Amino acid sequence: MSFFFEVLVGGLLAGVMYSLVAIGFVLIYKASGVFNFAQGSMVLFSALTFVSLLERGYPFWLAFLLSLLIMLVLAWAIERWVLRKLVNRSPITLFMATLGLSYIIEGLAQSLWGAQVHGLDLGINDEPFEVFGLLLSQFDLFASAVAGTLVIILSIFFNKTRTGIALRAVADDPLAALAVGINLQRLWLIVWAVAGFVGLVAGLLWGARLGVQFSLSLVVLKALPVLIIGGFTSITGCIVGGLIIGASEKLAEIFIGPYLGGGIENWFPYVLAMLFLLVRPAGLFGERQIERV
Amino acid sequence: MRSNINKCAGLLLALGLTVTATTHSAHADGEQYFPLQSYRIGPYAAGGSGFFGGFIDYLQYVNLKEGGVNNVKLTWSECETEYVVEKGVECYERLKHGLNGAPAAATNPLSVGIAYATLDRSTADKLPLITINHGRTDSTDGSVFPYAFPLQLNPYSEVSAIINYIGTESGGLEKLKGKKIVALFHGSPYGKETNGILELLAKKYGFKLTLLEVPHPGNEQQSQWLNIRRIKPDWVILRGWGVMNPVALKTAQKTGFPADHIIGNIWSNSEDDAAPAGNAAKGFISITTHPSGTNFPVLQDIDKYVIKANKGNLEDAKRFGTVYYNLGVVNGILNVEAVRVAQEKYGKRPLTGEEVRWGFENIKLDDKRLAELGALGLVQPLRLTCSDHEGGGAVRFQQWDGSKWNVISDWVQADRALLRPIIEESSHKYAKEKGITPRDCSKES
Repeated sequence: MSFFFEVLVGGLLAGVMYSLVAIGFVLIYKASGVFNFAQGSMVLFSALTFVSLLERGYPFWLAFLLSLLIMLVLAWAIERWVLRKLVNRSPITLFMATLGLSYIIEGLAQSLWGAQVHGLDLGINDEPFEVFGLLLSQFDLFASAVAGTLVIILSIFFNKTRTGIALRAVADDPLAALAVGINLQRLWLIVWAVAGFVGLVAGLLWGARLGVQFSLSLVVLKALPVLIIGGFTSITGCIVGGLIIGASEKLAEIFIGPYLGGGIENWFPYVLAMLFLLVRPAGLFGERQIERV
Repeated sequence: MRSNINKCAGLLLALGLTVTATTHSAHADGEQYFPLQSYRIGPYAAGGSGFFGGFIDYLQYVNLKEGGVNNVKLTWSECETEYVVEKGVECYERLKHGLNGAPAAATNPLSVGIAYATLDRSTADKLPLITINHGRTDSTDGSVFPYAFPLQLNPYSEVSAIINYIGTESGGLEKLKGKKIVALFHGSPYGKETNGILELLAKKYGFKLTLLEVPHPGNEQQSQWLNIRRIKPDWVILRGWGVMNPVALKTAQKTGFPADHIIGNIWSNSEDDAAPAGNAAKGFISITTHPSGTNFPVLQDIDKYVIKANKGNLEDAKRFGTVYYNLGVVNGILNVEAVRVAQEKYGKRPLTGEEVRWGFENIKLDDKRLAELGALGLVQPLRLTCSDHEGGGAVRFQQWDGSKWNVISDWVQADRALLRPIIEESSHKYAKEKGITPRDCSKES
């Protein structure tokens, strides 16, 4: 039984890491109705920028601030040259634009900073310690604390601030939002910048675990079922979805995997997500869209 | 208007000439061409840029120091594959005819997928396909695969040598009985290729084997390592690739498994596999066919003739002497040696792929020849024949000290006598499926 709980706890902690990436998707979807396929590339770009600056001798916090600044410039460039031209276009057009952006950002990252693999030490111990016979790591607990803090800050931002409420209005109907005087360009810039910040945080945590390398952009594959389960518009849903995915994929790999030849944890979360789609298409916490026809 | 058009045309022509001049020398007479299906961007760019950097630097070095091979200058051009099979095939088709009249010697895609996809084409085009340290294991049998060369080490030899090493560490192969070994493998055809051989070895030596798959790309391994914690194995064999390697080491640390009882295979053995794992990698053991470092005369010469002359291919000079770079140099040595050997038979001129194939099949690298090449200790003694396209089958073991690899063993040989019948069984099955009549190697000279 203790092994079961060990797997369960390990899965829950892994799930928090998935949630971190999923939050970036939700931010942009919530504010603009765009499914930002480039989120993984933003994670890669931000982490690669940070570690490259660090290796060039910049102190940690200066490297962090400069990386954040570069992410802001990237957000500005995306708003100025891509999104502004596509206002009120269909969601699929915007999705395709972010698909293109994804490749551009990945290419840009490798052109600017090279293709090498970098180690990243955030100074947080990843060695295990036992609590009631369960193995925990300081790093996992730190990642959970960061994710929890982000959720609280972003929830307050979206629900309590004027900018946050304006962002929700833009997502509901960009034309109506423009008609009441909301500055769409400024809001999109803000939300892409915040998504860049979340990408940087996720990139640093994932980078410390995987090494900063191209594969960082693939962590989005773990975020997609989280989004389907949690809902595309809920930051809290990201955390709950992450926990469900993390725990279920680990338990499935250990207890069902041997009967199916092993290696099932990549596709099992998608099975779960499909089931959720069938019974709850908007996810656990997503907003149901009702359209008049 | 016309003047503007002329100016543009002139500019384009000048640009074209400049580009041509920077990648190749102008005259094709007396040149041997190496088509390079390289990858410098994409998920595996770190390996590709290191390997092709070393390969190109060696070719450059032969040109600069010796004026080429018996005055036949070596040329090359690159085609970016991004490690994508379709692009690799496209590059193959684009480059196979040679360059400006210089015939292609061999292809070196450094990709299992691209190698599989171009295997039949290489045979049809009579162009050697070099898969150093990887590729189809049964292509070791040159009687069925005349143009494929898994030089130095095929996957079966890899695991056989690892088991031999574990046996030695345990006090003899007979002591393996009752030991527990976990093989953690990448969820791909590459990762699964050695499972059958490991099962065979487990049966032969009596150790208890558990096979655990890590789904691609391997950026989450919590469940596999918790399973390992439950099994409590004596050793873990890591058959990883890319991000799977540092994640395995980090997760091993997190679950309390000691790094010095994890043995990485040939694609888990670079600095890029260990360094990102930080402290968790300290003590990690892996196999290698070529030590890292710059203390070999050939590398010191490359430094002198190429790197210091600002003609090196690496973007980051710090990667000189790393595992991937040195593998590229070793690959360069073997390719050039094949050309040299073939020239002795066919004349000191540019050779066709078919002629270079003969060169590969007659490579004999003993300690004396390796010393002449400045590669003693860097390359294992190697003898290739018509029936044996691997040639070596030996590895050394190295251990990561937190910042670099240190060699900790002499050459450990695979049990090639045990593996050969299995290889032949597979190659003959392939021959039957494809309607190939195996060559009679006793008649080859």
